[in-house]
Amino acid sequence: MDNEIFTKQCAAMPPEKVKIAARGINFFYGKNQALFDNNLDIAENKVTAVIGPSGCGKSTHLRIYNRIFELYREQRVEGSLIFDGSDILNSSVDVLELRRRIGMIFQKPTPFPMSVFDNVAYPLRLHFKMNRRETADCVEDALRSASLWDEVKDKLKKSGLALSGGQQQRLCIARAIAARPEVLLMDEPTSAVDPVATAKIEELILELQKRFTIVIVTHNMQQAARVSDYTVFFFQGRIIEFDTTEKIFTNPGKQQTEQYITGRFG
Amino acid sequence: MVEHGFRRRPLFFRKMADILSRTFALLSVALAVSGMIWIIWVTISYGAGALSWEFLLEPTRPWGLPKNGVANAIIGTILVTFGAAVIGVPPAILGGIYLSEFGKHSQIGSFMRFCTNVMMGMPSIIIGLFVYAVMVVPTGRFSGFAGSLALAVIMFPVVMRTTEDILLMVSDTLRESALALGMSRTRTTLCIVCRSGRTGLITGILLAIARAGGETAPLLFTAMWSDAWPTRYFSQPTANLPVLINEYATNSPYDEVQAMGWGAALLITAAILGMNIVSRIFFREKKHG
Amino acid sequence: MRNRRKHPISPETIDRVFKYTAIAGAIPVLLLMVGFLIQLCWNAWPAFREFGFNFLISVKWDPVAGEYGALPAITGTITTTAIALAIAIPLSFTTALFLVDAPGWLGTPLSHAIDLLAAIPSIIYGMWGLFVLIPFMQLYIQPRLAWIPFMGEDYNGFGFATSGLILALMIMPFICAIMRDVFRMVPSVLREAVHGIGATRWETAFDVTMRYGKRGLLGGIFVGLGRAVGETMAVLFVIGNIHELPRTLFGSGTTIASTLAANFAEAEGMFRSVLFALGLVLLLMSFGVQIVAQWWLIYAVKKSGGYNG
Repeated sequence: MDNEIFTKQCAAMPPEKVKIAARGINFFYGKNQALFDNNLDIAENKVTAVIGPSGCGKSTHLRIYNRIFELYREQRVEGSLIFDGSDILNSSVDVLELRRRIGMIFQKPTPFPMSVFDNVAYPLRLHFKMNRRETADCVEDALRSASLWDEVKDKLKKSGLALSGGQQQRLCIARAIAARPEVLLMDEPTSAVDPVATAKIEELILELQKRFTIVIVTHNMQQAARVSDYTVFFFQGRIIEFDTTEKIFTNPGKQQTEQYITGRFG
Repeated sequence: MVEHGFRRRPLFFRKMADILSRTFALLSVALAVSGMIWIIWVTISYGAGALSWEFLLEPTRPWGLPKNGVANAIIGTILVTFGAAVIGVPPAILGGIYLSEFGKHSQIGSFMRFCTNVMMGMPSIIIGLFVYAVMVVPTGRFSGFAGSLALAVIMFPVVMRTTEDILLMVSDTLRESALALGMSRTRTTLCIVCRSGRTGLITGILLAIARAGGETAPLLFTAMWSDAWPTRYFSQPTANLPVLINEYATNSPYDEVQAMGWGAALLITAAILGMNIVSRIFFREKKHG
Repeated sequence: MRNRRKHPISPETIDRVFKYTAIAGAIPVLLLMVGFLIQLCWNAWPAFREFGFNFLISVKWDPVAGEYGALPAITGTITTTAIALAIAIPLSFTTALFLVDAPGWLGTPLSHAIDLLAAIPSIIYGMWGLFVLIPFMQLYIQPRLAWIPFMGEDYNGFGFATSGLILALMIMPFICAIMRDVFRMVPSVLREAVHGIGATRWETAFDVTMRYGKRGLLGGIFVGLGRAVGETMAVLFVIGNIHELPRTLFGSGTTIASTLAANFAEAEGMFRSVLFALGLVLLLMSFGVQIVAQWWLIYAVKKSGGYNG
């Protein structure tokens, strides 16, 4: 049934470049299966929103893309994820480089216990050999791209933990984009942040979209409608529907999608 | 897509560092565990030879006399250690109750906590010196009681701290619901809070006793040593295993005496490790039960 | 008719009595701390009056002639403690990392094994050191390493290296247990975030986890430091008991605690007072370590401001 939807989508989708293609993803927490036969195309330089009720597997799905689930022994995945011609889930792909190219922003802001400057410089120092001038330039660049530069430019030596919640999250975004990834994964990035900061971050996403491919998991449908180009609807570990945001929110194909959108359940 | 034109740090070195650290970690664990096994193995193998009924039931006698054992030292250790528990544990529990129930946010409470932490780090030999100066010199005699005092001073901050930690883990909601029912503070603390944490408290006390029981330095100048049965606990030096081990194993040239020292070492190690293991199992079961 | 009714003792009174009883239980801590200082000062005073502060920097030690110098003992304590910490800290750090990352069936029993290491009485360490480690060092280790500068050509198994080794083994479980608890408290979100930007396990531990738990880790190190400074029995048997300044790692020496243990029983008069003076020095060193540790733990909390994660 999922395949049928999928081929239909492929026909409906304009011929845009596919950045990541998920095929036949099945995910297990120990003996429990959490994701069932997920198939998905993530379009390049577009924002794809992943929506669905709590516990439906959207975060789980997202965490496959940078293989962060590998930190936990009982979690495993089957299927393939094609990124730039090779299968990410194949163990021959180097995970450190993968994580440089596919960055992640979490639900709770996670500044490292270092200064603001060091937070953003950390991925640069990990992956590249740069001198002081180059590092400072890249850090400023990243902070500007995250709309944070003006607020922290005279506080660069202060601890990252001293910023407000919204600023911390933007710091995490700056950190994530410092090493020039290609894809940004966002797992409910504004759920722990106040509404003013939420608006700022949403604005940021629309800006960042020009340079990065963004996949954002959100339980806030209005947010999905505001920022994304494509939307995926998850339910109980399965992809129910995947189409342009406009179509999903105005004329959803599946009844379940419509019920969720209209708040029949949630 | 603008790519960084910067040189990459070679992955090889980063991965090497990771693997090296992993290997080093494994070696560290192996070192620690094998050290422990080595020590215990040595204690068992050197000490087992001395064990016998005679060893366990006969008192110590000067070298050369038949029927040599360590029974008086065993009894002496039990006397001195549990005497210390009787002296030291009740006020420590009360003090721990004070810290957790009354002293959480007060300045005096913080200061007390500070002092407790400082006291926990006192070298045991200084404690021995102190009790010597305070007890032995004025009364003019060494005694098992002085030894108990010294061990009590060692146990006191430990039990006070563990009591505080355990009681702090009891949720405030429990206290509040008891008080809301109209129970007095005293009753809440004693009957509800302490009962809720009693497993942890018992474990803490047992571990403190085990720890004090193995101490030698504080007994060197207080309970000292004797060949007699420990009948004059308050007025005469009392035989005990740690000081016996010190005397026999290191101050005597005779092989058999050294072997007896090892036997005593085996006894006390077995007792202490046994208490530790039993407390841990006991605590773990109750936690899940 | 008597109008009086017997009033039961009011709950408020009971509570107040209870509270004061509890305070009474806590007071000994305070009294003991003060008492230690007073008693040791009192008993050490004759020695200080006689020798002045030269006592602390003199290296002469000849009880028969009445000459006493504390410097060998003091430097000996510092040296053994430094060696012990140098060995124990990296060992504990990596062991704690291992224990936290290891699968349950391996990590839990190993944790318990290391906790048992902490329970072994110190005199057993001393005996093992004397009868087993010293011959081992003398026969296998020291001959191979004697050529390294500062190790010492003149070795006999006793000395600072052996003492440092045993002390390291003794304090390691304490430091390791505290470090392990600190690592466990790192929020998993933070761990994921560091891995998420492409760091290896080691980079995560060294660059971020260590910094996050800096306060607790240092607290653990102070605990180890405190124990190493005051340890008596284990060191007594293996240090060699020679009142000389530390020159080589394989050389023999003494520490304050072992000097006290070895000499106190037979000491009289001025010698006894001298030993009390040494004890006072040790007490002040311990106090110093503990107070710095407590201050660090409290002050460092204020500075870092905690983590919002």
